[in-house]
Amino acid sequence: MAIIERPADTVTSPPPLVTPSTAYGSFRRPVQAEGWRSWVFTVDHKRLGIMYGTTAVFFFVVGGVEALMIRAQLAGPEGTVLSSDVYSQMFTMHATTMIFLFAVPMATGLANYLVPLQIGARDVAFPRLNAFGYWAFLAGGIVLNLAWFLGGAADGGWFMYAPNSSVPFSPSNGIDFWILGIQITGIASLTSAINLITTVLNMRAPGMKFMRMPVFTWMVTVTQSLLLFAIPVITVALFLLMFQRTFDATFFSVEAGADPLLWQHLFWIFGHPEVYILVLPSFGIVSEVLPVFSRKPLFGYPFVVFSGIAIGFMGWGVWAHHMFASGLGPLSVAVFSISTMTIAVPTGVKIVNWTMTMWGGKLRFSTAMLFAMGLVVQFTIGGLSGVTHAVAPSDTQQTDTYYIVAHFHYVLFGGAVLGFFAGFYYWWPKIFGKCLNERLGKWNFWLMTIGMNMTFGPMHITGLQGQPRRTYQWTPERAGEGFFNIGFWNLVSSIGSFVLAVGVLLFLINVIHTHRKEPPAPLDPWDARALEWMTTNPPKEHNFDTVPTVTALDEFFHRKYQDVGEGDAHDLQRIATAEEILAEQEAKADEHIHLPSPSYWPLLLALSLPVIALGVIYGLVVSVVGGMLAIFAIFGWALEPATADDSEFDPPVDDEPSTELVTSD
Amino acid sequence: MTDQTLDEDHVIHTSDDREAHGPTDRQYIIIALILAVITGAEVVLTYIDVGPIFIPTLLVLMAVKFLIVVSYFMHLKFDNRIFSVLFYAGLLLAITVYVTALFTFRFFD
Amino acid sequence: MTDLEPGQAAAVSTAHGVDDVGETTVGEVHHHMHGVSDTSTGLSNNKLGMWLFLGSECLLFGGLISTYMLYRGRVTRGPGPDQIYDIPFTSVSSFVLLMSSLTMVLAVASANRRDVRNTKLWLTVTALLGATFVGGQVYEFTTFYREGLGYTTSLFSSSFYTLTGFHGVHVTVGIIMLLALVGMISRDRVTGERSEVVELVGLYWHFVDIVWIVIFTLVYLIPA
Repeated sequence: MAIIERPADTVTSPPPLVTPSTAYGSFRRPVQAEGWRSWVFTVDHKRLGIMYGTTAVFFFVVGGVEALMIRAQLAGPEGTVLSSDVYSQMFTMHATTMIFLFAVPMATGLANYLVPLQIGARDVAFPRLNAFGYWAFLAGGIVLNLAWFLGGAADGGWFMYAPNSSVPFSPSNGIDFWILGIQITGIASLTSAINLITTVLNMRAPGMKFMRMPVFTWMVTVTQSLLLFAIPVITVALFLLMFQRTFDATFFSVEAGADPLLWQHLFWIFGHPEVYILVLPSFGIVSEVLPVFSRKPLFGYPFVVFSGIAIGFMGWGVWAHHMFASGLGPLSVAVFSISTMTIAVPTGVKIVNWTMTMWGGKLRFSTAMLFAMGLVVQFTIGGLSGVTHAVAPSDTQQTDTYYIVAHFHYVLFGGAVLGFFAGFYYWWPKIFGKCLNERLGKWNFWLMTIGMNMTFGPMHITGLQGQPRRTYQWTPERAGEGFFNIGFWNLVSSIGSFVLAVGVLLFLINVIHTHRKEPPAPLDPWDARALEWMTTNPPKEHNFDTVPTVTALDEFFHRKYQDVGEGDAHDLQRIATAEEILAEQEAKADEHIHLPSPSYWPLLLALSLPVIALGVIYGLVVSVVGGMLAIFAIFGWALEPATADDSEFDPPVDDEPSTELVTSD
Repeated sequence: MTDQTLDEDHVIHTSDDREAHGPTDRQYIIIALILAVITGAEVVLTYIDVGPIFIPTLLVLMAVKFLIVVSYFMHLKFDNRIFSVLFYAGLLLAITVYVTALFTFRFFD
Repeated sequence: MTDLEPGQAAAVSTAHGVDDVGETTVGEVHHHMHGVSDTSTGLSNNKLGMWLFLGSECLLFGGLISTYMLYRGRVTRGPGPDQIYDIPFTSVSSFVLLMSSLTMVLAVASANRRDVRNTKLWLTVTALLGATFVGGQVYEFTTFYREGLGYTTSLFSSSFYTLTGFHGVHVTVGIIMLLALVGMISRDRVTGERSEVVELVGLYWHFVDIVWIVIFTLVYLIPA
C-alpha cells in the first residue's frame, strides 16, 4: 500500500503480512498489507470507493425487500402480510435505508473512486479521514438496522415528525436506534464532505482549472457543499429529539408550550438540500455519459455547471414547501411557493442541455446511454408533478397522498437510481476491468424502467383519488369505481414493483456473469472524454504514472482527436489511441511515489461510535467506555504521520529523493 | 511578551509567507483591549435605560466584536480569500435560514 | 456527545500537515525534479479542512441558538431568564474567555517565531483560562439548578442548558486539544509543521470564543 517502486517489473513483492513500525513506541502502524487486511486498514480512495459502493448496493437490496413487503401488503384490500405496527416500521426503514444507506453513500462511493481520477490526483486530501468516513457509515447502518432485532425498528416515517416521535407515541427503542444511527452516518457524511471539497480545491493536476473539471466532479462538489452545511442542521434536530426521548427534555412537549413546527423546520432545512444531495450526483453522471455516447461535447458546459450550483444554492430557500399544510400562514406559504417554482428553472436548463447534447449526435444505445436517457425522461415527469405541488392550493389537496409518493419516486428512482445505473455500466470497465454484459444490461434497463412506471405511475391516480400515505390497509368499500378504482391500480403497482425487482436482480446476475465469463475490457471501451480514462483499467494504486498536465475540458478526448476542419466545419481526426497515450505516460513515469500508508485508527475511531451510541440506550457507562476508546484512537491518529517513513519498512527502502503526495490528515 | 522582529506592515498581502504579516503582539493586545472595552460597554448598556436603541446597539456591538476576532485573531483579513468565502458562506447561510425560520414563527412580530 | 467526533477528528487531523515551510523555498526545484505539484491553491489541506468544518459549525450553533430564541420566553413553571441570570458573574466569565483568545493568538505568534518556550506557555495559559470559564459554567449550572431550574423544568430551561452545554463541551474539547498539544510539543511528537498545528487549534479556539460572543449578547444581555 505504501510505496510503489518503478519500473513495475522490478517490484519485489511485499511481505504477506501487516508490518508494524516500531518507530512510534506503543503506537505501531501497518505499512503494507495484503489479503483482508489490505481492505480493512486501507486508506486508498479506490478501495474505499468500492467498499462504499458494495455496502450501498447491499442496503439497496435491503431497502428493496422492504419496499416489496409494503407493496405485497397493499396489493389487495385489507392486506394481512404485515401488521399495522410492522408496516409503519417497514415504510420508515425503507425510506431511511434508501436515502441514508443507499443513495448518499453510493454517491460518496462513486465520488471517492472517480473524483481523484477525474482531477488527476493520486488520492484524496485526507485519506485516513476517508477511511473513517466509510467505517462510520457502516457503523451507522448497522446501528439503524440493529433495531429490527432489539424490539422493533423506528416507526415514525423518515421525517420522524416530533412530537409524534416522542416516547408516549413510540415507546420502543426503534426511534432511539434511528436517531443514533442517522447521527453516525451524519458524522460520516460530514467528514466525506470536508474531504472531497478540500480534494477538489487542492488536489487538481496542473492546468485543471475549475472550468475544465468534468461535470461529475462539479456536481460532487456542489453535493458535498450541501452536505457540509445541511448535516449540522439535522444534527441539532436529532440531538433535541434524543434529549427529549432519553433525558425528558421538553423541546417537543406541547403541554409545556412547545411548537410542533420546530422539528419540521429543522428537519426540512436539512431535508430539502438532502433531496438535491440525492439527485445531483446522478445529474453529474448523466452529463458524463450522454456526450460520450452522442459523440458530441456536452452542450453548454458552463450552463450545466452553473445551473447545478444554482440548484444547490436555491435548494436552501424552498424547505417550507414540505409544510404547506401545517398552517404556516399565507405570507410564508406564498414566498416558499414562488421560490419552489423558480427552482424548476435551473433544472429545466439541465434537461435542455442534455437534450441538445443528444440532438444531432451519433447516438450509441449502450446500456449506460439507455439509463442516462431514461433519467432525462423519467426525471422530467417527476419534475412536472413537482411543479404541481409548488402551487400551494394544489399541494394542500395532494399532501400525504400517494400522489406525493409518485412524485418523489419519479425524481429519486427516475433521477438518482437510473443515474447510478448509468454510472455502473459506464464505469464498470474502469473500476473492475470488464464491461458488464450488454444483453443482460438491456433486459436490466427495460425491466427496471417498465417496472418503475408500473409501480409509481398508478400512484398519481390513487393519490389524486385520495389514498393516504403511510396507511397499512385500504378497504374495497372506499376504493371507487371504473377507471379510478384504486384497488385495480394498487394491484398494478404491486405487480410493477416485482417487475422492477426482477430488473434489479438481473443487474446482480449480470455482475456475477461478467466477472465469471466476460473477457477483459479494452483500455478505452466507450471512446471516452475525461481524465479518469487516461490510466489502466482498473487504475494502478497510484492512479497515474505521471500526473498529467491538463490543457482543455475533455482532456483525454483532445489528446485522441484533432479538429482539422476550417472555420465552423469540424472534422475530427484521430491522432492517438488510448494505448499510445498510456504508453506515453508510462514512458515518463515518476520514479518513487509515496502513497499514504494504511492505518488502524480510522477503523478503531469508527468502532467507538456505535459503542457510544448504544450506551445512550443501554446505560451511559457504555458510552463512557466508547468515549475512552474514541480518545485513545484520536491520540493514536494524531501521533501517527499520514505516510510511513522509509525506515519503517522491512527491509528499509533506499533513501533516494521521493515523490511526496500532498495529502494530509 | 517576546515582541521580536515582526513585519510591521501587515496590510500588504503575500500569499506564500503567512508569518510575515498580520498584527504584532503589541497590536494583538490593543485589539484585546478594544474587545474588553466593547464588552464593558455592553454590560453597562444593560444597566442604563437607553430606550428603543438598546437592542440594535447591542447587536451592532456583538457584530463588531465577532468581526474583530474573525478578522484579526483568526487572520481572515490577512489570509487567502478562499478561507473567507468558506466561512462566511456557512455564517450567512446560517443567518439566512434561521432568521427565515424564526420569521415563519412570527418571532419578530 | 456523538457529534463531537468529527470535530475532534478534524481538529486532530490538523496534526498531519506534510508541506514543510522549509521546503517551499526550494519548491521550484522540487517541482522540476520530481514532477510533483504542490496543492492547487497553494493553501494547506488542513487549514482548508478546518475552515470548512467551522463553516459547518455555524449551522450547528445557529440551530441551537434559534431554538433557544424561540423558546426563551416559554416558561410554564420554574424561574424565567430575567429572574435567574447573574449578569455580573457571566460578564466576568465572558471576559475570561475573550482574554483566552488573546493568549491563544500570542501562542500562534510564538509558534510562528519558532519560540517553543512561549508557545507552550501561552497554550497552557489559554487552557487555564478556558478551564476557568468551564468552571464558571459548572458553578452557574449548579446555582441555577438549586434555584429550581432543572433540565426538564420548562422549554426555556431545556433550550438554555442544551445551547450553553454544547458550547461548554466545545470549550472542554478545546482544552483537551490545547493540553495534548503542549504535551506533544514537549515530547517533540507533533506530526507535520508545528506552527500550523498551533494555528489550527487556535482557529477552533477562536471560533468557540465568537460563538460565546453571540450567546452572551443574545442569551444573557437581551431580555426575553
